[in-house]
Amino acid sequence: MNHYFHSIRVDSDKCSGRMRCMRVCPTQALRARGGKAKIIEERCIDCGECITACPNGAIIPLTDPFGELSKFRHTIAIPSPALYAQFGREILPDKILAGLKKLGFDDAVDLAQTCGEVSFAIQEYLREYKGPKPLISNACPTVVRLIQVKYPGLIDQIIPINTPREIAAREIKKKKSKQYDLKEKEVGAFYLTPCPVKMISIRQPAEKGKSNLDGAISISDIYGPLLSAMEGMEKGSYRKALESICILGIGWAMAGGMSRTLRLKNSLTVSGLSEILKVFDDIERGKLRNIDFIEAYSCHQGCVGGSLTIENLYISYNKILKLIETLEFEKIKACPDIREVRRLYQQKYSFLEGKIEPRPLKPLDEDLNKAIMKRKEKEIIYEKLPKIDCGACGSPTCLTFAEDVVRGEAELADCIFNFPRPLRKFRHEISELLDKSFPLNPTLSESEEKKKEGRKKNETKRNYRKAKA
Amino acid sequence: MMMNAENVLFQSFEIIGRDFSRAGSVSTKVKEILQEIGIDSTVIRRAAIAAYEAEMNVVMYANRGELALTITPKKIHFKVEDKGPGIEDIEMAMQEGYSTATEEMREMGFGAGMGLPNIKKNADKFEISSIPGSGTKLDITLHLNQAEKK
Repeated sequence: MNHYFHSIRVDSDKCSGRMRCMRVCPTQALRARGGKAKIIEERCIDCGECITACPNGAIIPLTDPFGELSKFRHTIAIPSPALYAQFGREILPDKILAGLKKLGFDDAVDLAQTCGEVSFAIQEYLREYKGPKPLISNACPTVVRLIQVKYPGLIDQIIPINTPREIAAREIKKKKSKQYDLKEKEVGAFYLTPCPVKMISIRQPAEKGKSNLDGAISISDIYGPLLSAMEGMEKGSYRKALESICILGIGWAMAGGMSRTLRLKNSLTVSGLSEILKVFDDIERGKLRNIDFIEAYSCHQGCVGGSLTIENLYISYNKILKLIETLEFEKIKACPDIREVRRLYQQKYSFLEGKIEPRPLKPLDEDLNKAIMKRKEKEIIYEKLPKIDCGACGSPTCLTFAEDVVRGEAELADCIFNFPRPLRKFRHEISELLDKSFPLNPTLSESEEKKKEGRKKNETKRNYRKAKA
Repeated sequence: MMMNAENVLFQSFEIIGRDFSRAGSVSTKVKEILQEIGIDSTVIRRAAIAAYEAEMNVVMYANRGELALTITPKKIHFKVEDKGPGIEDIEMAMQEGYSTATEEMREMGFGAGMGLPNIKKNADKFEISSIPGSGTKLDITLHLNQAEKK
């Protein structure tokens, strides 16, 4: 069994067992065990839905602390373009990059430029590609993992061009180690991330290669210090600041930004996991064969909607959109040299270093005969269950509970509707006990007593319903 | 050859004609079952496409129908039977691009006239019979051990 590294960890002390996480998980990767949330590693795709859902903050995204920087002789910040969307309209990328240097990074690299290069490389790939369509962007690591786990049949439709963050890290480390006569491992490249899943893509890339990045720092962690660092910084020329922005790459921060640079007749942009599931189902059915390209992000509105960002996602989405409109209006078209990208593309410069393999869920049994039998058993168990998905057993739905039982990970007795048989012969005693549990006020007349009893019963029912909701 | 009934899974699903809001739900369920059993992902994909096209044919043209799924350690089999108008000219219907879909269906992206040929393409064995005015019956088989194919 493979061991999967995840960017998400449950803090048992903080977990109150409310299990909101279990209900929002799109791959049914969470269970309640011993009253606490537990993650099933092979099912988790690091989408971070549970982080947002937990009211206690018990699900913790694993990113690197700032202190990691001291391990390297030369440090480089590579911020996701989503960072540019976190601040007001006056604060443009050049100032943000300068602020990062003031914070203690030796260098800060503009990723939008690399995003622009990758857009061109994707264009090349789309032009040469002859296989089944649509092709799917690999920019969102959650989407890649979702395909590995739930849609393994679509693996070959993931674009095998490396992500901008990886290419940028690789190139800048080469350059800086040469410049300062350092070993490459002495140069640390840190991605400033809008979501926890990028951390995983660094520690455990989907394609089984090795990441060029050395860590990821959450945008929400760096936001405060960065804001202070930028205070009182000299205001440069607005026009000059605009001219340094790559119009092709800046849009990568938001859903749809990539597609607009690709100039395709038929492309789709999808954001939000539940929407992605619907679209991927349609791809599997062969319904979207006439679409060339799909840009999909597990977070709503793309990376600006990541769980580790600060600004309201609609505001930040809008900031990027307005920035692009301004650049278009001012006719500023700073972008990479397409001929250079094509030349490098031919040298395989832009491709993923490893192959993305499927990671299908463990079947009910390795033996096909037994798997079929277990699947039948699951159906029989499911038919007996109340089908109300109350979650009290610790599984998110009755159907997953039936599966957990067949897999030997839960017991039928865990279902509260499966009242233990031996207790049934005490039904009269139990009923008497229940009657006694609501002592009535002896001074009230009998009719009022009855009314009150009725009210109480209703109230109990209401409370029960509330508790269930 | 008789199979040991224990390792044969049989499940049938009802398909309701004209119910476009739930169209595709049967093939999704079929796909999930195949995944849980651990069938190879390329076979699942072909099976899902074949089941989907068959399901859509029922939704688009028939009043009601049923998809019966049988899985044995050797093969996946779908029997899709519907009560509907049937097909007058099967040979014609098997040609790519031939379709009797209405304008509305086409606007919804259905009825590209690829349904039946697409099922045949994705299946290892495909049989069709139809009685005009009564209904259509499809038999679709996919082998699990690809060496035994054909």
